[in-house]
Amino acid sequence: MKTWVTPGGVHPPENKHQSLTLPIGTLPLPEKLLIPLSQHIGAAATPCIEVGKKVLKGQVIAHATGPVSVPMHAPTSGTITAIEHRPIAHSSGMLAPCIEITSDGRDKWKKHEGIADYEHASPSTLLKAVADAGIAGMGGAGFPSAVKLNPGRQRPIHTLIVNATECEPYITADDSAIRERAAEIIEGIGILSQILGNPSNILIGIEDNKPEAIAALEPLVLDTGIRVASFPTKYPSGGEKQLIYILTGKEIPSGDLPADIGMVCVNIGTTYAIKRAIVNGEPLISRVTTMTGDACGINRNYDTLIGTPVSHMLAHSEFNEQACSRLVMGGPMMGFSLTSSDVPIVKTTNCILAPSYDEIPDDEPAQACIRCGMCAEACPVSLLPQQLFWYSQADDQERLEAHNLFDCIECGACSYVCPSNIPLVQHYRHSKGEIQKARAEKIRSDHARERFEFHQQRIEQADKDKEAKRAARREAAEQAKAKAKAAPDSAAAGGNPMGGSAADIIAAAQARAAAKQVSPEQQQAKFERSIAGAEMRVQMAEEKLATASDSSTDEQKNILNAAIEGAKQKLEQAKARLAEHVEQQNGEQVD
Amino acid sequence: MAFKQITSPHAHASQNTSKVMQLVVWATVPGLIALTYHFGWGSLINVVLATATAVIAEAAVLQLRGRSIAFYLRDYSAVLTAVLLGLALPPLAPWWVVVVGTLFSIVIAKQLYGGLGYNPFNPAMVGYVILLISFPIQMTTWITPLALLPDGVSHPGIIESLSIVFAGLNPADGVTGATPLDSFKFSDGLLVDQIYAQNPLFSQAGFAGVGWEWVNVGFLIGGLILLGSKIFTWHGPVAMLGAIAVMSILFWDGGSSDSPGSALMHLFSGASMMGAFFIMTDPVSSAASNRGRLIYGALIGVLVYLIRAWGNYPDAVAFAVLLANFAAPFIDNYTLPRTYGHIDRRRATEKEEDQ
Amino acid sequence: MIDTIAQYPILAALIALVGLGILFGGLLGFAAEKFKVEGDPIVEQIDELLPQTQCGQCGFPGCKPYAESIANGDAINKCPPGGQTTINAIASLLDVPAPELDAEHGEEADLKTVAYIREDECIGCTKCIQACPVDAILGAAKLMHTVIADECTGCDLCVEPCPVDCIDMLPVEEGIKEWHWPAPVAPANLIASDRRATQ
Repeated sequence: MKTWVTPGGVHPPENKHQSLTLPIGTLPLPEKLLIPLSQHIGAAATPCIEVGKKVLKGQVIAHATGPVSVPMHAPTSGTITAIEHRPIAHSSGMLAPCIEITSDGRDKWKKHEGIADYEHASPSTLLKAVADAGIAGMGGAGFPSAVKLNPGRQRPIHTLIVNATECEPYITADDSAIRERAAEIIEGIGILSQILGNPSNILIGIEDNKPEAIAALEPLVLDTGIRVASFPTKYPSGGEKQLIYILTGKEIPSGDLPADIGMVCVNIGTTYAIKRAIVNGEPLISRVTTMTGDACGINRNYDTLIGTPVSHMLAHSEFNEQACSRLVMGGPMMGFSLTSSDVPIVKTTNCILAPSYDEIPDDEPAQACIRCGMCAEACPVSLLPQQLFWYSQADDQERLEAHNLFDCIECGACSYVCPSNIPLVQHYRHSKGEIQKARAEKIRSDHARERFEFHQQRIEQADKDKEAKRAARREAAEQAKAKAKAAPDSAAAGGNPMGGSAADIIAAAQARAAAKQVSPEQQQAKFERSIAGAEMRVQMAEEKLATASDSSTDEQKNILNAAIEGAKQKLEQAKARLAEHVEQQNGEQVD
Repeated sequence: MAFKQITSPHAHASQNTSKVMQLVVWATVPGLIALTYHFGWGSLINVVLATATAVIAEAAVLQLRGRSIAFYLRDYSAVLTAVLLGLALPPLAPWWVVVVGTLFSIVIAKQLYGGLGYNPFNPAMVGYVILLISFPIQMTTWITPLALLPDGVSHPGIIESLSIVFAGLNPADGVTGATPLDSFKFSDGLLVDQIYAQNPLFSQAGFAGVGWEWVNVGFLIGGLILLGSKIFTWHGPVAMLGAIAVMSILFWDGGSSDSPGSALMHLFSGASMMGAFFIMTDPVSSAASNRGRLIYGALIGVLVYLIRAWGNYPDAVAFAVLLANFAAPFIDNYTLPRTYGHIDRRRATEKEEDQ
Repeated sequence: MIDTIAQYPILAALIALVGLGILFGGLLGFAAEKFKVEGDPIVEQIDELLPQTQCGQCGFPGCKPYAESIANGDAINKCPPGGQTTINAIASLLDVPAPELDAEHGEEADLKTVAYIREDECIGCTKCIQACPVDAILGAAKLMHTVIADECTGCDLCVEPCPVDCIDMLPVEEGIKEWHWPAPVAPANLIASDRRATQ
């Protein structure tokens, strides 16, 4: 069948034969298994089990958190011995929450069975089974499969592409799985097709360097409507976008998903996991992983339990640490280096590469970029890596985005060919991270600005309200004053110690009282309270003077005396006010 | 067990910058052999002298800049610049011409801009143009090709050549002469056929000009080797040679006395082939994308022809390349390739895409 | 007329130059009107670049007032939370050389911090709530307060007013999700002798 050719690409030495001499093997049961709660894209799973609990193989130990997440299952029977942060398979070498299971050595399954009549089950039943089995894309990204297989009604799927490309050197996990499990894989593809509403076009994309795998698939796809499409080997043909272009000649618009153009692309290992989940009722607790590299005496594929520590795998592969130049999870082009061999195999781990110094020597120091353009020739998405490098060094985020940095798939072809040994991909990863950080900060600062503006507004409003109240009071006071002037014989004229302005003050007080609309009884109570308070203060001050009289200086005594005097004066005033008030009340009553 | 934290990719192709530079140096050998055969020892002396000067100058500047001398000298870029300048200079030029030109190339045009990878102009051509402007007499004194030497006169031997270069002795009469482009340019009032009949540079030539045609063939062979080893893409050289050919066919003018010359003469005379495969392919100062290199190459070709036909200088590769160096960032701005998943190409200055 | 001009060639030159001047002046004026760019007011643009911590270290009560002041010609290097990045961004916006951060206003912090109230020590005085420029502190009188970490800009303004010193500025921890590869060492700096030279 017709295939298309992507731009760029490189042909690194394949190194696949080493791990294909032996069939898929199994490792002895590790003593302890470590299940990271986040092995996929989306929210980390939530543990639903406590330390000390016994679990059976296949039992759920962590629930999916929200729609884009997957549950985790116990890969073997045993006891939960820890739920804590441990090093996981991540470039940063940082810790993340994990569940540790100490194996009891019996490897006892929980009761499980597949969907009996799955051929007639509804897509939603099948989808739920896929979700419950904890299946996430096994090609590398780890996108929850149930989400991918449910693109919604508005995006009907006409093409299902099964990715068996395996373009990375060294890795043979898919190749060997096809050779030994072709029938089950085809069955899985049938289930996928059923879930997706039987798309008209089902393609298995595979590079022509796997003739045995193609030969295993071809007799099985006769009369199934599935087509096996082989195409010339070139790295990176196995990228989702690249494979879709190779097989259909169509490009996924930047920022869109394949489902937006009616296509779904799944890894061939995922189809096997789906078959096991639907037909056999087994959750995803193991996968085929390639153990390869010259630092290991045994190179082969293992059916590895998820959670198996890499060190366990190395220990059974005649690993020579001195000879090992670096430890890589994944392939030599896109895999990431592990800083510790204690990290576990996860759902996306297709390869552990332990190369010798001869195979992959330490990086040479980078020389100056001579803009030779070999990177641009190798780029599978037609970027200009040399320009991106230039702007990345200058941290010119605007230009980086204008040069489509975010369309970079980080395949490493540019770094691979760079004659100056410049770690281009690391520059791009760094710049992507910086731009994302800047975007997040922008959102935060916009939010802070909004809140600050709201805060300002609130304070202003409060001030305004206060000012308005004050103004209202002043106005009321003035009115009262006017009233008082109009009636100069008002009762307020009575013996007041404060002199001429007293009338005004009283008027204001009255106005205040009026504004507050306090009943005369309350008013009286208040005056009485203030008298009581003033009396108390006088008393206290006198007591203080009495106790202080022996030891303190004249100065202090003077101060205390003044305080007593002041308090007494206040008391007088309060009494006068009360008297006045009572008088007024009486007057009013008389009126 | 602890391991190193290293970014992917882990695998690496065996190509490296030093090897690229060395290969380019070796690819000049056919041209150098042709030059030496037809014009004597002068070019070889130029190349050796320029290389020695360049290495010493580069080391001195690196020392001043506090950089690792061994590491940067090992990239062979200084050697390549020197070799190209040595090949471009007239054979038997005085030693100080070579030294001044090389110093200018390395110190001013390359290191003052930040060294390899940062020079906006082709260093060898900057050196060449400085010499051409400053010392026109020395720079336009060429050697008569072997086939046209008068009877009883031969090219000076190696010892004599050295004394001409270093002691300032004058070469024997008849050893120096004009280049084909020179003679053609200054043969006013003659029809092309008349020039070809009268001037031995053309009348005794195979197809373009005695000696020069083989020098150009030499550089063409070297260039094809480099193209075959994927040191550069075909876009630049093809565009440049194509532009020269198209221009000279357009203005061929039927061979009148105003005709600037045939396509064959322009392609195989002067520095055409060397320019197309060794000078304009310098990636540092050229346009970045393939489309950009097509435009860049065509621009050089057109400029070469314009200056040769109507300018003051008989040859123009150096000027054309330097002018195109100016234009390279501008070309880059408009020739970004279309990235996967995007509908249109975009300009480098656009932040948002028009949808 | 023509004769006079022919007689004094200087006149011809003058007329030509003045004519050209008028022509091109007109053209430029027309272009300036026709292709006028309606940009954001400069204050908004500067404010966009400021980090919006509202910390007041610049001496203005908030980022916006400082942006206004910059637009009126104030120095652009008074913002420690934004640091050199912000200075560079404003410098490129205003097309002026980027100065170093003015140490008088504080130093650029390496780590982003947020306020954290040690809740059992809090006496509920509400002083920090009043100080917070972005209303990121929750609480009421006589009740303990707490900081909404996601809203906190790390401005430090609440630390000073606290009478019992129960507010700490804690660095924000970078999780595995925020981690990204550090920039590789620039090619020119990889050699030992170069590192010495640049120091």
